[in-house]
Amino acid sequence: MFSYIVRRLTVAVPTILILIAISFVLMWSAPGNPFMGEKAPPPEVLANLEAKYGLDQPYWKQMLDYMTNVVFHFDFGPSFKYKDRTVNDIIAQGFPVTLTYGFWSFVVAVVFGIGLGIIAAIRHNTWLDYLAVGFAIGSQSIPNYVMAPILVLIFTLWLGWLPGGGWEGGTWDHLIMPVIALSTSYFASIARITRSSMLEVLNSGFIRTARAKGLPSGRVIFGHALKPALLPVLSYLGPAFVGMITGSVIIDQYFSTGGIGQFFVNSAFNRDYSVMMGITILVGSLTIIFNLLVDILYAWIDPKIRY
Amino acid sequence: MYPDKAKMESLVEATELAEVRGRSLWSDARARFIRNKAAVGGLIILILILAFSLFGQVFQAWSNEAIDWKLVGRVTQIGGPSFENGHYFGADDLGRDLYARVVQGTGISIMVGVVGSLVAVIVGTLYGATAGYFGGRLDNIMMRTVDVLMSIPFMFVLILMLVIWGRSITMLFVGIGLISWLDMARIVRGQTLSIKNKEFVETAVAIGVRPFTIILRHIVPNLLGIVVVYATLLIPGLIMAESFISFLGLGVQEPMTSLGALIQGGSKQMLYGAWWQIAFPLFFFLATLFAFTFVGDGLRDALDPKDR
Amino acid sequence: MSLLEIKDLKVTFRTNDGPVNAVNGLSFTIDKGETLAIVGESGSGKSQTAFAAMGLLAQNGSATGEVNWDGRNLIGLSQRQMNKVRSDQIAMIFQDPMTSLNPYMRISDQMAEVLVQHKGMSKRDAIAEATRMLDAVRIPDAANRVRMYPHEFSGGMRQRVMIAMALLCRPRLLIADEPTTALDVTVQAQIMQLLGDIRQEFGTAVILITHDLGVVAGFCDRTLVMYGGQIMEEGTTEEVFAQPRHPYTKGLLQAVPRLDRDDGDLQTIAGEPPDMSRLPAGCPFSPRCATMLEQCPAVRPELVTTSDGRRRACHLSIEEVVQ
Repeated sequence: MFSYIVRRLTVAVPTILILIAISFVLMWSAPGNPFMGEKAPPPEVLANLEAKYGLDQPYWKQMLDYMTNVVFHFDFGPSFKYKDRTVNDIIAQGFPVTLTYGFWSFVVAVVFGIGLGIIAAIRHNTWLDYLAVGFAIGSQSIPNYVMAPILVLIFTLWLGWLPGGGWEGGTWDHLIMPVIALSTSYFASIARITRSSMLEVLNSGFIRTARAKGLPSGRVIFGHALKPALLPVLSYLGPAFVGMITGSVIIDQYFSTGGIGQFFVNSAFNRDYSVMMGITILVGSLTIIFNLLVDILYAWIDPKIRY
Repeated sequence: MYPDKAKMESLVEATELAEVRGRSLWSDARARFIRNKAAVGGLIILILILAFSLFGQVFQAWSNEAIDWKLVGRVTQIGGPSFENGHYFGADDLGRDLYARVVQGTGISIMVGVVGSLVAVIVGTLYGATAGYFGGRLDNIMMRTVDVLMSIPFMFVLILMLVIWGRSITMLFVGIGLISWLDMARIVRGQTLSIKNKEFVETAVAIGVRPFTIILRHIVPNLLGIVVVYATLLIPGLIMAESFISFLGLGVQEPMTSLGALIQGGSKQMLYGAWWQIAFPLFFFLATLFAFTFVGDGLRDALDPKDR
Repeated sequence: MSLLEIKDLKVTFRTNDGPVNAVNGLSFTIDKGETLAIVGESGSGKSQTAFAAMGLLAQNGSATGEVNWDGRNLIGLSQRQMNKVRSDQIAMIFQDPMTSLNPYMRISDQMAEVLVQHKGMSKRDAIAEATRMLDAVRIPDAANRVRMYPHEFSGGMRQRVMIAMALLCRPRLLIADEPTTALDVTVQAQIMQLLGDIRQEFGTAVILITHDLGVVAGFCDRTLVMYGGQIMEEGTTEEVFAQPRHPYTKGLLQAVPRLDRDDGDLQTIAGEPPDMSRLPAGCPFSPRCATMLEQCPAVRPELVTTSDGRRRACHLSIEEVVQ
């Protein structure tokens, strides 16, 4: 197991470095100068600015410095737009917000999705199953940017129960709609995947053996069927994570929750490359680490994977 | 969002089997497709939507840029759908005709999906076929690269690209296509590995046909079924990606519009009671997505009749 | 009193093409310590008979009739009541040892849970007992291998594990559903040898379900031949082999290659196994029977017990079949 983790790490670490390099090359290829606003600053100011941000160095040196700072000091450098703020400040401000509603969305999608999937599989071909499948097909394809306005329409405008946006330190009433909007389609997908893999497993030979052994049905389902039935769900968690972290941009934008997504979009309008890069690298690294964890979990569950 | 991997793998097997059995894959598939009600329904809806986006402007009373000054400032009260003033779908918050804008937005969205899908399929097929055909170390490096690229959240990189190289519709086409070819490359590589050992490829190698000619003449045509299905199923995913970016205001720029941009505008105005501004774009958006998905699923099931 | 008595068992599956009758009014008994072979082609309903007795029919299947065990009819028992019988009193092993063991659990856990469930043993004792049982089915190095996963075993070894698992609670009846079909020929012989030894050692009655007459001879006391969900013929194995009294049995025996007799070419039974949703009103075998009479497709021959205790269902007289 240990050597398997080491081997996976030897892939994950270079991937993160490549991600940093790609982002850097992208920024480097940007036309113009980040300080060229509506009017160009005087040459000596420009030279000072470039010196301050290290832009007067050769490109390879810039890239090396950037990488060293990111990897060893977790320092993404200064914002190009807000002279008194660093990218780290911005991440420190936005990331906890994203993490909070992201975490809850993920928990809701996984717990309820798996639960609904199992119930639908056990009650195969009953009204409960049909209801679950209908719900899953219907809401799976509703993107979060459609879900969010619908929620606001219902809960804020019609019912007046929940505030239409804001964060206020993450109180529950500010948390509910972002979590629902972000998690629903993944909840539905996970329920559908769980249901179909559970059905397949329940029809397999070793479940028949388990039943022939006289085990109670709870033990058959949770002791024997659940683990293999969850493997496809586990492989879906990686894409779901990417989808949610991408969707957080919409959530931040629509509900003004103030997460990193909001800063990312604002930076996009402001051409604040360093902030965009910082967020992209952060999000990418999180994804790579998450996938690594999923792989390890998978290897731990499935004894047929050699490590 | 993207085509289901397991189902695509099953399709790959099915097309291979059909080849082995020497059955006519396509004529069988056509018969099965026609029998599939959901797929035919999806195709009909798709044709109607295409016709709407291509010829819808014939019926429009207003251009998509013209502002109806009679409505300005009072859109929420009197800007709803009406045949009298020619705004069949109502007007947007600036007083522009929503019908004309939905016609244009539908067209743009479909175009982004189709062009992006084409870019993805072309890049993915050539990349995958090259890797699979040459094999060895080149294959190893190429596919490792794909692995690495796959673990990058592409939407962030795409937005970064759009910001750095300028927000244009061409950039959107290319950018969306360029980040969606990875799965295609994997599937095609796998299929190429099995095709390249077939007699007709070995014959071509023996008589000295150049590698790239072999790839283009002998390998790519045999991938057609997979490519067509994948491309069709990729389109709704790309339409959603475009809508995502347009919803953030980073996609298609005014006066042009797309369904995503219209939904964004509508989702704001909806809160003030202008329901039509979200209802019509959303209807066409969902109808397009479902239609493409049904057609794609139908094509796949027609080519891979395995019971599921 | 017989150990297990099956009376007028019927098994029906609901399908999209209408009901399929897999078993049509089957009756037989098996005594303590006896071995009974149920022989038939695929689709003859032999496996479904076993599943019905164990209450393991697929969701769309239902059984009527009686499966009497210890003076109780098992059909209609709740799953909870049925679980007390399964494995503890009647155990079953299946055709494909590759898929019958849970690939995600250690052998120790899979075996131990049976004893924990039925005998209330501690996990530790249960694993110790499981190891002894693996030893008994001659798995080398059982103490270490018990901790392994199924994919670390060969097919024959897995079937040994299945047998050991089935015997843990010392059941009075073991149903073996095509236990050797998925295995190599040499391994087949070993497994049959093992089953024979086990039967002697534990005194377990065995129902061997098979399509292979080769494994029946020398193992089973009695043989019951099924076709189309019905009994064609039944008798002691020796008698059935020496003098088959049904055209179908005759056909089956002629299709078995034999080394001890040189009687020319092997003959196969023409035609295909029956379509269970469209059986003829009369004898199910009639469409493939070389000696069919006029009434055969329309009138179902009765299952008659002859004076020597054998049973047969055929319109032809015994002499006509034996010739």
